[in-house]
Amino acid sequence: MTPPDYEYLRKVLKDLSGLDLSADKQYLIESRLLPLARKSGMSDIAELVQKMKGGSSALINQVVEAMTTNETFFFRDKVPFDHFRDTIMPEVLRARAARKSVRIWCAAGSTGQEPYSIAMCLKEMGAALAGWRIEILATDLSQEVLEKSKAGIYSQFEVQRGLPIQLLVKHFKQMGDLWQINSDIRAMVAHRQLNLLHDFSQLGVFDIIFCRNVLIYFDQESKSRIFARLAKAIEPDGFLVLGAAETVVGLTEVFKPFPDRRGLYRPNDAQNAPGKVLPAGAAAPRLAAIAGL
Amino acid sequence: MKTCLVVDDSSVVRKIARRILEEMQFEIIEAEDGEQALEVCKRALPDAVLLDWNMPVMDGYEFLGNLRRMPGGDMPKVVFCTTENGIDHIARALEAGANEYIMKPFDKDIVAAKFMEVGLVQLTLPASI
Repeated sequence: MTPPDYEYLRKVLKDLSGLDLSADKQYLIESRLLPLARKSGMSDIAELVQKMKGGSSALINQVVEAMTTNETFFFRDKVPFDHFRDTIMPEVLRARAARKSVRIWCAAGSTGQEPYSIAMCLKEMGAALAGWRIEILATDLSQEVLEKSKAGIYSQFEVQRGLPIQLLVKHFKQMGDLWQINSDIRAMVAHRQLNLLHDFSQLGVFDIIFCRNVLIYFDQESKSRIFARLAKAIEPDGFLVLGAAETVVGLTEVFKPFPDRRGLYRPNDAQNAPGKVLPAGAAAPRLAAIAGL
Repeated sequence: MKTCLVVDDSSVVRKIARRILEEMQFEIIEAEDGEQALEVCKRALPDAVLLDWNMPVMDGYEFLGNLRRMPGGDMPKVVFCTTENGIDHIARALEAGANEYIMKPFDKDIVAAKFMEVGLVQLTLPASI
């Protein structure tokens, strides 16, 4: 891949998705985009870039999707779901006892493993949630992965990473080599396409937000801005769950770590004045180009 | 070091499983069928058993029943690893006391995930970045 082609792809991805590739991620581009180029009858990245420059928005869309789709599996990292069951939900059940409703948002729902893991956790809680209104919203940048999530159909390989066998037997139906999650679990999750760089105030306010392993792709400036907007989308006594390798430290003061619960954060009351963002240095990401997508 | 008894009539599968599990710091004992596996267990119970279903002499299902009836036989974590991928087989295995179930083909990620699930290996998280 030539340096100009790499720079072009970096810029397109940054502008359209916020994905911030460092100067040495050629291998990542090649591993994700070469299969896409070949599938579309092109021989290499250079030809792909030419077609993109020619203005094929469908192709550009596919490139963004291929680069931003993340590996995911059921109960990924396990610990966040222990926190969910043992720390978050008991607290939410107490705090919302009068209202009896909980809103949960998976901000990078991907192919559904995370929202369905949450739904299965809730199902396992059984009687404690009788009479409660539970809403799980899964959003993702990619329409293609959302379609897969809605279908809830997974390969044998996918259902064997992180999903306890008892839950497979209990909540899935076998379809030949594939497994489909049961309709009662699927019905617990709503889906919606969303780019986190865009305004998401229309989604309303949530009690719990899972935003795992997606902000790692954004630059510091975008991360800080997203945290500020997440703080407005979460109840003052709500919970934010980040990925195992992610933190708010040094990026924002609108959230503070929950003591002794790795990856778990709560809104920082003192800092939740409107418009509170850490030093806004660089210009906002340019979003104009995304309008047509 | 924890011990894992690998029971499979295919020497190729045993070899692959051995390589994966040794990397996960298990000491490996091999058996070609359920009867051999039972002999091993009578001498000393392993911490884990990776168990094929279809084998000559004594199959995995029968071995599991025998193991669970032995004194202390409820201790080893038993993970089936088989081409019997139907939900009916899985349900039967769980009823008979299996702790986890791997549908072949398998790889290192699946074995690691399943062994973690039953508490045989610890979860390692990436460091903060």
